[in-house]
Amino acid sequence: MTSVVILLIVLAIAGWIASAYNSLVSLRNQVDNAWRQIDVQLKRRHDLIPNLVEAVKGYMQFERETLTQVVEARAKAVSAPDQPSRMAAETQLTTGLGKLLAVMENYPQLKSDENVLKLQEELTTTENQIAFARQAYNDVVLGLNTRVQSFPSNLIANNFGFHAAEYFKGAPEDQAVPKVDLSMSAPGAPGPSGPPRV
Amino acid sequence: MAPAATDFRALEATNRRETVILVVVMMAILVALGFALDVWAGSIAIVNGRLVGFPVLTIAALAFGAFQALTSFYAGASLVLMSVHARPLTPDSPAHQTVLDVINEMAIASRLPVPTAYVMDDPSPNAFATGRDPHHSVLCVTQGLIEQMDREELQGVIGHEMSHVADYDIRTMTMVAVMVGGIAMLSDFVFRIMFFTGGRGGRGGSRGDSGNGDNGGGALIAVAVIVLAAIAPIISQLVAMAVSRQREYLADASSVEFTRNPRALLRALEKIAQIESPLKEGTAGTAHLFIVNPREGLKDDEEGFFDNLLSTHPPLSKRIERLRAMAGAGAAEAGARNPRA
Repeated sequence: MTSVVILLIVLAIAGWIASAYNSLVSLRNQVDNAWRQIDVQLKRRHDLIPNLVEAVKGYMQFERETLTQVVEARAKAVSAPDQPSRMAAETQLTTGLGKLLAVMENYPQLKSDENVLKLQEELTTTENQIAFARQAYNDVVLGLNTRVQSFPSNLIANNFGFHAAEYFKGAPEDQAVPKVDLSMSAPGAPGPSGPPRV
Repeated sequence: MAPAATDFRALEATNRRETVILVVVMMAILVALGFALDVWAGSIAIVNGRLVGFPVLTIAALAFGAFQALTSFYAGASLVLMSVHARPLTPDSPAHQTVLDVINEMAIASRLPVPTAYVMDDPSPNAFATGRDPHHSVLCVTQGLIEQMDREELQGVIGHEMSHVADYDIRTMTMVAVMVGGIAMLSDFVFRIMFFTGGRGGRGGSRGDSGNGDNGGGALIAVAVIVLAAIAPIISQLVAMAVSRQREYLADASSVEFTRNPRALLRALEKIAQIESPLKEGTAGTAHLFIVNPREGLKDDEEGFFDNLLSTHPPLSKRIERLRAMAGAGAAEAGARNPRA
């Protein structure tokens, strides 16, 4: 009788360990996958920039500095030797592109260039997708870290080498500002630094 | 601070349960209809406390129900899209490209596969999602929505629809749409038969060995059939409503969770509230699928007892109120942290 009880308890514990382990694996995979999502969008942004710069530089001779900043940040991001310096360059690139998209508002001629409009929409959605991918990544990191750090699943995590993942920290203003709406087609749409509409 | 994360897993479980209940209730209604018809037609009768004859119509109704359940599960999305005359959304114009882009954005935000996009040529701004699971999901917007919403508002609306996808609301609601439609069709069919045969019971039964000398009973059963046929669509409509209203509040909240921006959906709903044009294609069977009730021309702003009972959607004013509360709280919080917001 006692042995049956002990056996049941052992089985229950083994079952719990297995399910806790599996859910940690699943969360870790989700984090990896969410990270890849960000990566995909960042690459897409890299591919987009040369075309955009090419398309607008004829119109924007007075914005050499902004354009150069974007091109340089991109070059730095593409050739970054390690992850931290790459992320720093990407953050710089986000800022530069934000500025570029904002000053583009000052060049009404751009609105009649179909190619520019197309590229602008593509850039806008890519920027948004990066922001949303980052947000989704941080969401799954939160899920994983809670599991890794809270009792009793932390016992499993510690013994099987699960670590808390790092949050993606962007530029400070990214955290509170709504996603950009830069479409020129929407009349009255403010630039990225414009006041939030109520 | 992001709004509290929605527990999509729990909602999915609820939806699975509700789908089963829905199928069972619909089957019961159909079997009751079939049985009443059997008795009325005389194919079965109770003689000396024993059931005699073969319940051919009951079995037919059961088969119809099973067929309907399977159809609504596997082909529900296509049937719904067909019934509202939707066509695939292609990047044939900058505005359409923007919608496709926003759908991609919200799919990333909700960590779901990108749904197939459809468009309805209707000037009234509205949208719905359908399909049986996130891997077979469809998002349909009206041309009116595309024309009248800016990017931020589109994000809010599409975020709302993605939340219906995430928690399997689309499966329940699509099955309701198809099955409610099927029941309505069937009861219509029954009415037609009744009118053609002049409502006289026992006619078909004279072939069988069941007693047809009981004319009073036949009339009674005929009345029962009429009542049942009349009640069936009402019952199914009530089911449709019961499964729909709470979901809208939940989906509104999840949309905010995805966009991290309560103003997005708030502005969209406020804009829709200004426009009094009911949808052309919004039929009884599909009304509950849409983000705002397509049939009422947004006159559902009173919340009385009957409005609560008979409306597929919560009053728009209530939804706007809740979103305003979220926006207010969010703005205060963001303002404290970030002077720019």
